[in-house]
Order: sequence, then C-alpha cells, then structure tokens
Amino acid sequence: MGGRGPVSSAQTFVDLLAGRRDAATLAPRDWDGVIGVARSETMLATLAHRLKDSALPPTVAALFADQRAAAAVARQQALWEAEMARRALAPLGIEFVLLKGAAYAAADMACAAGRQIGDLDILVSEPDIRRAENALLKAGWEWVKADPYDDFYYREHMHELPPLIHKARDRMIDVHHTILPRTHRITPDALALMSDAVKRPDGFAVLNPADMACHCAAHLLADGDLQGGLRNLWDFHLMTRDFAAADAGFWGKLDARAELHGLRAAVRRAARLARDLYGSVLPSGWDGQDGSDVWYRRRLLARDDWGRVTRLLLEQAFYIRSHWLRMPPAMLAKHLWTKWRKKP
Amino acid sequence: MRHSTRIAVGPVQFRIGSDWAAPIAALDRLYAGYPQDEARPADATVRLFAARPWRRWLRPSVHIGGDFVVPDALPLPLSMGLLAAEMGMNLQVALGWRRHMLLHASAVAKDGRALIMSGESGSGKSTLAALLGEGDWRLMGDEFTLIDPASGDALAFPRAVSLKNEAIAAVAARVDVARLGPLLAGTPKGDIRHLIPRADAIAAMHEPARPALLLFPRFGGEASIEPMGEGEAFVRLTEASTNYVALGEAGFAALTRLVRETPAFGISYPDGAAGIALVEQLWADAAR
Amino acid sequence: MPDPAYRAAPPGALRFEPLGEVTAIFDRRSVQTHLVVSPMPEILEAMGAGDCDAATLAARLAARFDLDGVADVGAILNERLGELAAMGLVERA
Repeated sequence: MGGRGPVSSAQTFVDLLAGRRDAATLAPRDWDGVIGVARSETMLATLAHRLKDSALPPTVAALFADQRAAAAVARQQALWEAEMARRALAPLGIEFVLLKGAAYAAADMACAAGRQIGDLDILVSEPDIRRAENALLKAGWEWVKADPYDDFYYREHMHELPPLIHKARDRMIDVHHTILPRTHRITPDALALMSDAVKRPDGFAVLNPADMACHCAAHLLADGDLQGGLRNLWDFHLMTRDFAAADAGFWGKLDARAELHGLRAAVRRAARLARDLYGSVLPSGWDGQDGSDVWYRRRLLARDDWGRVTRLLLEQAFYIRSHWLRMPPAMLAKHLWTKWRKKP
Repeated sequence: MRHSTRIAVGPVQFRIGSDWAAPIAALDRLYAGYPQDEARPADATVRLFAARPWRRWLRPSVHIGGDFVVPDALPLPLSMGLLAAEMGMNLQVALGWRRHMLLHASAVAKDGRALIMSGESGSGKSTLAALLGEGDWRLMGDEFTLIDPASGDALAFPRAVSLKNEAIAAVAARVDVARLGPLLAGTPKGDIRHLIPRADAIAAMHEPARPALLLFPRFGGEASIEPMGEGEAFVRLTEASTNYVALGEAGFAALTRLVRETPAFGISYPDGAAGIALVEQLWADAAR
Repeated sequence: MPDPAYRAAPPGALRFEPLGEVTAIFDRRSVQTHLVVSPMPEILEAMGAGDCDAATLAARLAARFDLDGVADVGAILNERLGELAAMGLVERA
C-alpha cells in the first residue's frame, strides 16, 4: 500500500469509503476517476451514501442524490422479489433463507445503503429443493436457458438450481441449497446454515451473524474470481463492525462457525483485507500479516481512471484459480473445453 | 486513455476517451460551439477502444464501452468512429441517467412550450425535429427528451442531430455546410451525417419548456391525424422511456401528469412537407 | 373446495390514477405500474381490510353495481382475483 507517485483513483475511492480521505480535498477532476471506479465496481450509490454529508462539487452532489434515489427504488424492487418468493413458497411450508443483498436489505444493515442487488438469492434445504422448484415454476418463474449442458452442469456440480426468471417481472432467482458448489473442496455445513438462521419480525429469515460473515467471505474469496470484490469486502467490513458492536463475543463465534464450515482461511483473509483496505478494527489474534495478501489487494485495486480492469494477467490468474477452487482439475478441463467449443 | 474530450449536452457532462485521435477530433469539431466547463466532473463516461493493442492499427475496429456496456454490441470500423461515439453517448444516457424521465423522443419548442415527438427509428421524428428546428422552432433534441419529475417540464438534450439516408439531402439543402459533419456512408444504420444544431438552440439548451403537444408520428401512408387517449399515450411513453421503472413513483407521477395535461395524437404523413403541415396545424390548435 | 380468500394491499400501498378508459395503479411495495380496466379497480376498492372471497365480493359489488344478468359472477370474480394475485396486488389469505 502507499507507494510513490500520484494516488490511483481506485485507492482514492477506497480511502473515501474508509473515511481516510476527506472528499473536500479532491480536485474537481479527481472525481472522474473515482466515479469511474465506483461505477465499475457497481458501488456508486454506496459511495453516494457514504459521502451524503460531505462537501462535494454541486454536480457530483446532484449525481449522488440521483444514485441514492435510484438505489432506494432498486432496493424496494429486490425486497418485492423476496416477498413474491415468500408468497410462492410459504403456503407449501417451504422455509427459505435470504442471502446476500436481499438479506442485507431485509435486515436493514449498514452495507445495504446504496448496495446494488442483482438476482434474488435464497437458501433452501436440499430435501425441499424439488418442491421449491415446482412451486416457483407454478408461480410464474421459468428457466432462463434450455442448454442441456448448462443445466446438467448446474444440477450436478453447482450449489444452486439453474437460474429461474419471472416471466412478468423479468427478475431472476437463484435457489441455493448450500453456499459453495458441491465440487468445491470446501463443503460448508448447509444444515447448520438453515437451522441456525434468524427469523425476522417481517417473516423473512436471514443467516445468523457469524454465518452471514462466513458466507460473505466465501463469496468473496472461495467462490469467485474477486469480481465485485471491493463491494463484497465492504459488506464484510460493515457487517463485522456492527455485529461486533452488538455482541462482544462476535469474533469468537465467527471463528467457531468458520471452522465448522471449513472457511477459516477465507474468513481470516477477508478480515485482513478489510482491515488493509477499509480500516476494519480486528481483535488480537486476527491482526496478523500474510505475504500473499498483497496479490489480493492488487487485484482488488486493479482499476484505472477510466474504470477499466488493469493487470489483465492477474485477473486471468484469479479466474483460473476460482474455477480450480470450484472443480477438480479433470472436470475443470472438461468445463473450460465445453465452454470453449460453444463459442461461435 | 490516449485521447479524450469533454462534452456537455443539456444536463449531462460527458467524458469520452478513445484509443484513436480521429473520433475525438471529429467530436470536437461537432461540439465546438457547446458550452465548455473543463473543471466539471463527468456524469457519464464513454470509451472507444481497440479489443487488442494491435487492432489500433491493423483493421482498426472501435469497441464501445463506458459506465454501461451492451455485451453483444458489434464494433465499428474506425471510419465510423463518430457513430461509435454517438452510440456510446446514447447508451450511457439511456442506461445511466436518473435525474429526469428519459423519453426516446425528439422535441422542439416555441414560446416556452414543447412539442414532443415519440416513435421508433424510421418514424421520422428526428427529421421532423431537424426541419422544424431550421424554421421558427427551437430544436430541443432529435433523440432524447427529458422530463423533470418535479416540475413536469421538458428539458432539452440537443446533441448533434443524426441525419439518416434521405433526410441528409433534405436537410443539407437548407443549411450551411459548416454545420454538417462528415458523411458516414454504409453504416449499420445506413448513411449518416450529423447536423450541428443552430447556435440559438445550443445557447438555450438549459431552458425548460412546458409540454404542450405529444405526437406519435409514422412515416408513410396518407396524411392522417388520430387522437390518442391518455391510456394509450401512457403505455407508448413507458415503452419509449429507458428509465421509467428505475424512477419509481416519481416516474409514475411525471408520466400520468404528462399524458393528462398534454393532448396526444398519432399522425401519418407521406413526406416531410406534409408532416410539417400536420404538425403546424395541430400546434395551432394545441397552442390556442 | 371452497373459493380461496384473498387479502387486499394495506392502506396507502396503491396509488390509483384514472387515465381515460384505463386505470394506472402504482404499487409502492413492488414499484410496479399496472394498467387495468373495469372491474379491477372496483374489485380492489370493494375488498376492504379483512379476508375476502369471491362470494363476499360479489355481494359487496352487487350492492353498488347492477350485476343482474351477469352469469356466474362468482366464477368471473374468482378468475379476476387470481389475476390480481399474480400481479401481487392482492394476496392469498
């Protein structure tokens, strides 16, 4: 971190979120790069919320107000998808747990402010998955694609049904039965995730705090190729901060749950990265260093002033790595080859 | 990026970057008369780039990127870089702008009141606006019209007019050649030539206008006028808006108000002169 | 099998704007716009706060509208209620 020369837009963006940099110290044109990076990370509305009370150039303030308003609409839409899933599944007694963005919004967490929410992700216990599928199909969702290979791939290897899209509302739902693909070398305890979930007064269930942080870290590090990593890390930073403030024993519980799910390394790394990028305060024992973190930090900050991913080789390496994590090597070769052959 | 420029059209400040000098030079010529504020941060970013470094020189083809990207957008040859820039700017506004309700419609104004024309490409809405804008109307825009949810007013987006095919000759005959861009022949959208709006239209681009007439033109067939109900105008305009849904209740309120307060008609016309005559006739009634 | 009962949206959730022959309904919970024609607005208005099935609804509507001569009002209302439920405007009780 640090280094010589002018500070990159990605670094400035992270510094603004972390509160290390005062927005008033930016030159007007510095905003181009910061906004470009924020847009590419789908975090512009997040930044708009973070800097709500900061001194901003008038046009930036106006743009940010637009972003906050649009994010409020998008959040309402996402919660409605959760409500419609509830209306489809509850009459059949199928329990489900909201995951990721919809869960953060339903629980009104700090990280939900301005957070982009894509598909609706829900967790259903494995024995219920067929019934859930049928109930959703009856309620107006339909398969996104009929490609037999993709379908086979999802059902055999992934941790979710092939994505369904609602024919009237044009919104996707991902029905998971665990939080990492079956082929992943790490197999979180899905039963524990479901049975220890927290039911909210509004009727929606979300993961308990420690599991939610585990899932966030898994999503960031064990599942993906660090695409959208700054956002997931921001989620992790804010949720662990607030969970620890509400419960002094949170970090200990998180450690135990991470151990249970086989996600200790991912959770520890997420915590260190959140500390390095966003200034998370970690308990003793968590606050160490790991030489390989530097690669993750570089990958997370690899955006130029135009919002483009820099360090393409590094990105490629993480893409291959993410597939490596999800699938045993022979299967990986088959998967990449099949994907390759499908290209026109 | 290697080359870049900044352009303000209506309320939107663009930043356009390019791997090549030519599209930027062409933009700078078209937009030389627009107000410049070099210190203003950009609302929208457009990138024109080569997929591989060597493609800057070897069969150069221009990919369109920016804040928002259409995954399967085809690249254009460098000779059509100006069209790529135009498409990139449209895309960023269509997908990114949230302050106003965005209508895929042309508009002209007179005495502070706006005539809004919505239709598919090929409906002639762009040509009609360009022709009216050379008469005693102020051109507000040939592609997008913005509706301010708070006031209900129409706001201008007077980018360089994109004249297509037969419209090129029809308009070129009436304007100083200095106001025309280069002819882009044989693009995926046909022949294209840009028209720089009149200086008074550019100078007035921040002045709102009260919507007074909504037209849904259709090019071809006998001249005819069909009054349109509020419900149908509402449906058509939701379809013509790229951000109606994203605006939530503000969009709903703005659109119901617009169709209630503004008389709407579908018109068919066989040629430009007939179209103008219909417009002027309806305007005379609406403005009374 | 008895007709299913439905529950209306809570007060303030829906905004009605008549536009000539159609009514635009904005649902604040879903941020969705629905364009409907008669008898949808009338049905929504007659639903009230409690649970309501087609028979109850038919009785309420009959008090306000001339439904004589409409064959099988109950079946028609059942179908309309199902459509309103699919739009999320009412919910199965």
